Amino acid sequence: MSTLVIKDLHVEIEGKEILKGVNLTINTSEIHAIMGPNGTGKSTLASAIMGHPKYEVTQGTIELDGEDVLAMEVDERARAGLFLAMQYPSEISGVTNADFMRSAMNARREEGNEVSLMKFIRELDSKMETLAMDQDMAQRYLNEGFSGGEKKRNEILQMMMIKPTFAVLDEIDSGLDIDALKVVSEGINQMKGENFGCLIITHYQRLLNYITPDHVHVMMQGRVVKSGGPELAHKLEAEGYDWIKTELGIEDETVGQEA
Amino acid sequence: MTVETKLTMTEQDVRSFSASHSEPEAFTNLRVQALAAAEALPLPKPDKTKIINWNFTDFPAHTVESSTYASLDELPEQVKSLVDLEQKNLYIQHNNTPAFVSLDEGLKAQGVILTDIQTAIREHADLVAKYFMTEAVKAEEHKLTAFHAALLNGGVFLYVPKNVVIEKPVQAVFLHDNEEASLFNHALIVADKSSSVTYVENYISTVPKAKGLANIVSEVFAEDNASVTYGAVDVLAEGFTTYVNRRGVAQRDARIEWALGMMNDSDTISDNTTFLLGDNSVGDTKTVVVGRGAQKQNFTTQVIHWGKNSDGQILKHGVMKDSASSIFNGIGKIEHGATKANAEQESRVLMLSPKARGDANPILLIDEDDVTAGHAASVGRVDPLQLYYLMSRGITKQEAERLVIHGFLAPVVNVLPIEGVKKQLTEVIERKVR
Repeated sequence: MSTLVIKDLHVEIEGKEILKGVNLTINTSEIHAIMGPNGTGKSTLASAIMGHPKYEVTQGTIELDGEDVLAMEVDERARAGLFLAMQYPSEISGVTNADFMRSAMNARREEGNEVSLMKFIRELDSKMETLAMDQDMAQRYLNEGFSGGEKKRNEILQMMMIKPTFAVLDEIDSGLDIDALKVVSEGINQMKGENFGCLIITHYQRLLNYITPDHVHVMMQGRVVKSGGPELAHKLEAEGYDWIKTELGIEDETVGQEA
Repeated sequence: MTVETKLTMTEQDVRSFSASHSEPEAFTNLRVQALAAAEALPLPKPDKTKIINWNFTDFPAHTVESSTYASLDELPEQVKSLVDLEQKNLYIQHNNTPAFVSLDEGLKAQGVILTDIQTAIREHADLVAKYFMTEAVKAEEHKLTAFHAALLNGGVFLYVPKNVVIEKPVQAVFLHDNEEASLFNHALIVADKSSSVTYVENYISTVPKAKGLANIVSEVFAEDNASVTYGAVDVLAEGFTTYVNRRGVAQRDARIEWALGMMNDSDTISDNTTFLLGDNSVGDTKTVVVGRGAQKQNFTTQVIHWGKNSDGQILKHGVMKDSASSIFNGIGKIEHGATKANAEQESRVLMLSPKARGDANPILLIDEDDVTAGHAASVGRVDPLQLYYLMSRGITKQEAERLVIHGFLAPVVNVLPIEGVKKQLTEVIERKVR
């Protein structure tokens, strides 16, 4: 079993503090969902875990099985087992999706032990089928000219090919129609198992109709303010966030306001 | 510092070189007149690059003798890897010596001509007289075109008759392995009505340093409804002063596509101009460049529209490292009367080091109302968010940069039709950006 432990995480972007002490522990075989209104720091948490160049961690720790994640470069974090499905993936012209994915898979293998082309193609074909993606997307340039939905599927495809220990999915459901949501959820559910842990960041309970989380957390003002089981998501869907605000005495849930 | 702009070659030298190749009198006269005119003519003025102190006149030898190849087995390894050994349509020049030529028998029977330029000047005088420096490039244009005409000492001639479609690419390899050599090469490519051909040339130096000049001119003619795809990978050594002028003339419904990989290590001035004379003609220009060391380069790409409904596309991508500097001038010119013409261009420069310089100048000159045109230009560093994205999948920073750079230069690499040439360009890029 692997464990990702986030302790008292404070993060700034351009001098402004967004995360103000996040605590979270995720084990493999667990699915966690982070919910919360806009502007409460959810995506900042995702970016800080992966090491986005614009986000500066000013306090706290992230450890993966006791290893200091914050001391690692972005590529080292990935090779250690972390994955982030990004909200706005970059477009890279001239690099085909397939070549990129093979490079990513080989990056975590020893030289001389690269994945064979045949095996790679077989696996890619089967995962693309699961995600109902056109086969020609493998030969298109990475994310270039992809629609919003195609980009999201492509992020999940990468996750399925790379098979990380922990995946953070940053609003993977936004902009997806119900059919796309179902296939993306199917992809995520296929990953479930004792060697995989997942942190799903979402505005909407909708995604959680297809993926049942073990733990649900609510973020406000740059902190996790409430945690619970799947029933918490249902309550949020039915009643909104106001009851939490009342319970905790929060007037404005966005970052920058103090309780 | 002043630079001598007079040649050491005299009229007598030019006459005797011409005589030794049994050139027709008209051609000898063309050379002699060009030589006489050169002295008074100015240098070309590539926008934003001062070349007044560049050496375009001083070189150790006008011609050097080099070996020929009786078969492809005798080719040096670096050349062998470039050519498809099954390749039937091939010209190889060894410094200034025509060293090997072969052409598919079926194409010969259809009237296709592939030969070294000196043979063409002798044996195909009418075609040469019609196309050689008459319309695309003129000898009296400036000092360097005049020197070129006077001193021409190599090159290739390709003629494709009416309605002949050549499926397999025609390849020309110019091997430079003698540091004393200078290259005054001329490629003359004529695609007659409704014909089609792909021509790919390689300039490759296998010596690290050159002392000579490279003054290279290509003229491409696509007659009505003809199509010419012209690929080039230039890898000339440091030490050359390189002037390379590749121009095309497209008649009605004709199409000229360029895919140029400009990988010289020498200082280089490049002119690539396509004249869209005919209605519905198409000019598509793709150029990729890598500059390194203290190289100075200027790449001017022009598409000039005369034909109605003509379409001109310019794409230029350059990578600059060390203290290399490059100017990228893209000019889309639409003449009066070229209604419904479309001129598009994109110039992008990636800088890999703080001392590198790159300048992208998109220029649109439009003398007609009913047209469409557009341009995009950018100069910058590798996007940190692209690197972040790639690295977030476990790819090292170095490998991520490599992927972005190769992707950036892919537009030319991907369209080169010969596997060996594609591979060579990829390897050269790899070597130059490392």
